[in-house]
Amino acid sequence: MQVDTTSKSPSQGILRSALDAILIPFLAILTAVILGGIIIAVVRGNPFLAYYGLIQGSFGSAKALSETAVWATPYIFAGLAVALAFKGGLFNIGAEGQLALGAVFSALIGYALPEWLGRDIPLIIHLPLTIIIGMAAGAFWAAIVGFLKAYTGGHEVINTIMMNYIALNTISYLLNGPMKDRDPNNVIARTPLIADSARMPAIFEGFRIHWGFVLALLIALLVWWILNKTTLGFEIRTVGSNPDAAKYAGINVKRTIIITMTLSGMLAGMAGALEVTGLNFRHELGFSIGYGFDAIAIALLGKSHPLGVVLASILFAAMRNGATRMQFLTQLPVDLISVLQALILLFVAADAIIRYIYRIKSKGERVVLTRGWGG
Amino acid sequence: MDLRRFGFILLVIIVLFGVVVYIGEVKVAPIVIITSMLATTIAVATPLSLGALAGLFCERSGVVNIGIEGMMLSSAFFGWLGAIYMYHVFGFPIGVSVWSGVFFAMLSGMLMGLLLAVLSITYKVDQIIGGTVINILAVGLTGFLNRQLFFGRGSVFGGHVPNSPGVLPTIHVPITEIFSPLCGSSADCLQVVTSINKVFDQKPIAISAILLVFIAHYVIFYTRWGLRTRAVGEHPKAADTVGINVIKMRYLSVTIGGALAGLAGAYFTIESVPSFEPLLTNGRGFISLAALIFGNWTPIGAWTAALVFGASQALNINLQLFRDVIPPQLAFLQQSYVVGLVPYILTMIILTGIIGKTTPPAADGVPYEK
Repeated sequence: MQVDTTSKSPSQGILRSALDAILIPFLAILTAVILGGIIIAVVRGNPFLAYYGLIQGSFGSAKALSETAVWATPYIFAGLAVALAFKGGLFNIGAEGQLALGAVFSALIGYALPEWLGRDIPLIIHLPLTIIIGMAAGAFWAAIVGFLKAYTGGHEVINTIMMNYIALNTISYLLNGPMKDRDPNNVIARTPLIADSARMPAIFEGFRIHWGFVLALLIALLVWWILNKTTLGFEIRTVGSNPDAAKYAGINVKRTIIITMTLSGMLAGMAGALEVTGLNFRHELGFSIGYGFDAIAIALLGKSHPLGVVLASILFAAMRNGATRMQFLTQLPVDLISVLQALILLFVAADAIIRYIYRIKSKGERVVLTRGWGG
Repeated sequence: MDLRRFGFILLVIIVLFGVVVYIGEVKVAPIVIITSMLATTIAVATPLSLGALAGLFCERSGVVNIGIEGMMLSSAFFGWLGAIYMYHVFGFPIGVSVWSGVFFAMLSGMLMGLLLAVLSITYKVDQIIGGTVINILAVGLTGFLNRQLFFGRGSVFGGHVPNSPGVLPTIHVPITEIFSPLCGSSADCLQVVTSINKVFDQKPIAISAILLVFIAHYVIFYTRWGLRTRAVGEHPKAADTVGINVIKMRYLSVTIGGALAGLAGAYFTIESVPSFEPLLTNGRGFISLAALIFGNWTPIGAWTAALVFGASQALNINLQLFRDVIPPQLAFLQQSYVVGLVPYILTMIILTGIIGKTTPPAADGVPYEK
C-alpha cells in the first residue's frame, strides 16, 4: 500500500505520528540489544542464550507473566510520576525517596493503626487508608521541592536529590529504631508485617500478581485524561512548554509547579504503598534502591506518554524478572540488565544517534524536557 | 564571594567545630580536637572540591554536568581495577600499581567526560538527561564488571576479589621535627606542634585538590584560555563571531572536567580506602554540584563550600570518638543519622538563595547551534 506522507488526512496523520513516536524507541531498544549482545560475547557469554533466558524468564509461563506484572506495577507508578513532572517542565529525580517514604508510612498505618485503636479495622476502610497515607507521604515530600522551586527558584534537580538522601537516612533510622520489627529472631532493618485488613487481595490464587497492577493501568488512563482533557492538564503542559506564555495567559505558574510536583510525588508514593499492601506486606531497608533512576529511564523511553510509560515499564519489568533465568542459563551477572537499560536510555535520549545510524530524518522539533539552573 | 556568604560559611564551620570541642573537652584537649577536625575536614572535602572543579570547567563553558556522581563512581572503580590488574596480573611493584590507579581513574573520568561532550555538544541531548545517562551507565557498568571480572566465567581471579595493592602514602611535612626543639621540655607545647603537624600531613590527592583550586582560579580568570572558556559559556554567539571555536572549547572543558572528576573518584579507592563497593560515592558527586552552585561558579567559592560540607562530615566522624560523653541535652547527636543530614539540608537552604543569590553562566545548559 502506498502511503502519501504529505497527505493531511487526520487518520493517516495519527497513524504517522504514532509510528514516529514508536519508531525511535523501538530502534533504540534494538540498538541497545545488539550492543548488549556484543558486550555479552566479549565477556565470553552466549548472547542468544542470554536473550532466550530473558524472554523465557519473563514471558515463558503463567508464573513468569505474573512476576513480570509484579515488577511492572511500581515501575508504572514511578514512571508516571517522572513523566507527569516532565510534562510540567520539572525533572523529578526524587521518585526514589518519595516511593520509599510512601512505603514506610503505609507500612506504619498497615501494622500500627489496629494497635493504636485497640481493635480490628474492616478491610474496606483500612486498605484504602493505608494506600492514601502512602500517597500523602510521597506527595508531601515532593511538594516541599515544588514549593521551593516556585517561591525561591531552588532547582528541583538538586533539591529532589537532597530530599532522596534525607528520606533514605530518615528511613534507615526509623527501620533500625522506632519502627523496627520487634520479633526476637529479626536482625534485619524492617517493619513488622501489616495487618490482614491492610493487604490487597490476590487476583489469582497461587500467583503474586495483585490488584495493584490493574490499578496501575487505570491510573495511567487517569493521568492521560488529566493531562489531555482537563484544564489542570492544559495548565501543566503550558507551564511545561513555555512558562512565560503561561504567565501571560493568566495561568498561576507557581501554583501549577507546586501541584505538578505534588501529583508526581503522590504517584511515586502510591508505588511504594502498593509494594507494601500488595506484595511485601512490610517495608524493608534497601528494597526501593534503583527505582528512581529506572523511573527516569522509563519515562524517557515512554516519551512521557502514559501509554508509552506502561509499555516501557513492562519492558523494564520483563528484563528485571527474566534476569534470574538468564543468569541461571549463562552465569552472566544480573547487573548486565542495568547496562542494557543504560544503553537503551542512552539511545532514547540521544535520538540523533539513532536517526544517524538508521538514516531517519528529523522533524526539526526539539522537545524541552528540563531547564538549566537559571529557569 | 560576597561577605554575607563568607560570614555564613565561617559561622557554620565555627558551630560544627564548636560542638565537637564542647563535647570532647572532657576527654581531649581542644587543640587536639580542632586540629583533628581540620585534618578530617580537608581529607573528606577533597572529592567534593575536585568534583566541584569538574563541574566548574564544564559549566563555565556552558555544559551543565549532573553526571559528576557517575563520573566519580566509574573512575573510583576503574582506578581501583587498574591498580589491581597492574599489581596482580601484570606484576608491577606496589608503588607503580597504586599510582597507575590514579592514572586509570583520570582516564576513565576523561572518557566519561567525552561521552557527556558527545551527547550534549554534538548530539545536543538535553544536558541534564545526558548527565543522568552517565549516572545510570556508571551504576550499571561498575556493578556488572565488578561481578563479571571477579566471579564470571574465565575470570583471572577465579571467584574472589584480590586485595588491592594499597593506598597512596601520606606526605609528611616535618613541622614537628623543626619546631619541637623550640618547645624544650614543655609537653603542652609539643602536643600543640604535633597536632598542627597532623593538619599538614595529607595525602597526594588531597594536596593536589587544594593546589588545583588555585590553579583553576588562575586559569579561569587570568589566562586567555580561561577568558575564552568563560566567553563560550556566557555568550557563545559573540565568542564565535570573534573566531573562538565554541565546539572545540566546550569539548576541551568537559573533558578536563571529566579528568578532575576522575581524580575525585581516585580519592575513594586509591587514597581513602583500598576497596570498592557498588554505589560507594553515595551522592558526593551531587554535593559537589551544590558546592559549585553555592560558590557561585568560582573555584575558591566552591572550595570553601566544599569545606563546609567536609566539616559536617568531619563532625559525624569525630563525634563517634566522644559518643560516651555526649551530654543529655545534646542527646540527639548520638543519632549519627541526625548529623548525617546536615550537608543535605545545608544544600537546600543554600539553594533557596537566602544566603545570597547565585548567577550561573548565561549559556549554561544551552546547546550551541550556529
